[in-house]
Amino acid sequence: MLEGRKLAFRYGEEREWLFKDFDLRIAPGEIVGIPGPSGRGKSTLAKVLSGYLIPQEGSVFVDGRPLSTSGCCPVQLLFQHPQLAVNPRWKIEAIMRESEEPPPELLRGLAIDPSWLGRYPHELSGGELQRVCLVRALGSQTRCLLCDEMTSMLDSLTQVSIWRTLLNIARQRELGLIVISHDYALLKKLCARIIPYFED
Amino acid sequence: MLDVHDLSISFSSYTLGLKKKEVCAIRSLDLRIAPGEIMAVVGQSGAGKSLLAHALLGILPPNAKVSGSLFFKSRPLTAERLTDLRGSQIALIPQSVTYLNPLLRVGTQVARAARLSGVSRDETPPVVRRAFARYLLDKEVADWFPFQLSGGMARRVLTATATVGKADLLLADEPTNGLDSAAAGEALGHLRELADTGKAVLLITHDIKAALQVADKVTVFCAGNSVEVAAAEDFNGHGRLRHPYTKALWNALPANGFRMAMPPVITSSQNDGCLFRLYCHKQDSLCGKRLPGLRNTNGGWVRCHHA
Repeated sequence: MLEGRKLAFRYGEEREWLFKDFDLRIAPGEIVGIPGPSGRGKSTLAKVLSGYLIPQEGSVFVDGRPLSTSGCCPVQLLFQHPQLAVNPRWKIEAIMRESEEPPPELLRGLAIDPSWLGRYPHELSGGELQRVCLVRALGSQTRCLLCDEMTSMLDSLTQVSIWRTLLNIARQRELGLIVISHDYALLKKLCARIIPYFED
Repeated sequence: MLDVHDLSISFSSYTLGLKKKEVCAIRSLDLRIAPGEIMAVVGQSGAGKSLLAHALLGILPPNAKVSGSLFFKSRPLTAERLTDLRGSQIALIPQSVTYLNPLLRVGTQVARAARLSGVSRDETPPVVRRAFARYLLDKEVADWFPFQLSGGMARRVLTATATVGKADLLLADEPTNGLDSAAAGEALGHLRELADTGKAVLLITHDIKAALQVADKVTVFCAGNSVEVAAAEDFNGHGRLRHPYTKALWNALPANGFRMAMPPVITSSQNDGCLFRLYCHKQDSLCGKRLPGLRNTNGGWVRCHHA
């Protein structure tokens, strides 16, 4: 279970709080949507929950313990721009195996073409690279996945297939999912609960 | 304004020693845009949509091979002519924030784009200020670096960079990616405005919903081929669409059923015939024999023997 207690964050003393006294609980297997316009701090919240940023107030817990700072993080973040989330000088194979050897059924489910393995990130399209990042994020230690506009780069058919695969995996492994998106229709299809904190 | 006929792009790379391998990214693409028109190109991620824009700007890597005919303002687009035109007459609104220089302030980059496209030194500051205001960017954003922008703001900066000059043909590569619906509507509205002043806009996107808000026509692109050219009005759920792939894309939208009628990746490695025959109820022996050409039906074009 992922839990955020009384989280508050701002970029610098003189700037406004992006969120304050923000509480959140995601049960294993639960799928939660966070909608809202751009520039409100949705992605910042995702970075706080996954340990990339330290909140000025409050803290993040996984299964009752503070988020660990060493080893594989149990909360994995998938970014809006996968190009910026990988090392441009690593080949796809190395990127995908960074945490552990991915099981073959996962590669099939996400339609990872074996011919990509020897290529560099700039030789894949945004959608293809996002699937590679998804494989990397789905290591065996992962308990919760934060999808920050994960499929906003993808065509509608690829979007459906990725979400179907991911929902299956999440159900089997009881992963918590947080879906951040502008696409309200998508959130309504995927999520049991919607947190309207960042909306107007 | 722009006329593309039977464009194909392939890449060669060395595999082992001096052995060369050719990878074909675009097989056959036909496209025509008139002044004042927005033509949307929608399709599979990884189908080569962005390559099309790069080909039109002449910024493909040196191992790319381009064939087919390209005409801009009724004159053939040669490599030399492209070097003159890009940035001044043909401008790109790029797809990702990685196209911004991470070490330069945003305002400086927009000003540089304006200068390169022929705006005089004196005019540049007011032109840049207007471009910022138009895309709802605060004045202080001009002093920020790209990493300080949110995804949506970065996109607006990129749009400002391309429209600050005087180009007649705008290539918008995924201009709405990551924008919320209000900001996306705004960005698309600006494309419409630009088209209404007589510019031609090529709107490359995977987001059919966004494309339909402003486009006049839609070219659907899959597995290296253009499979259908339809009027925007044809996307209305009343069975006006011609090609099975177009229908599958439409029905996969969250608001239209979220259905998966065919796998998302159709590879072009199968033997000759139509690539979609396994997912089409109209298929017969002809479909297995040869790849259909583009045919004119109901005021649109479709790559199908039977539509």
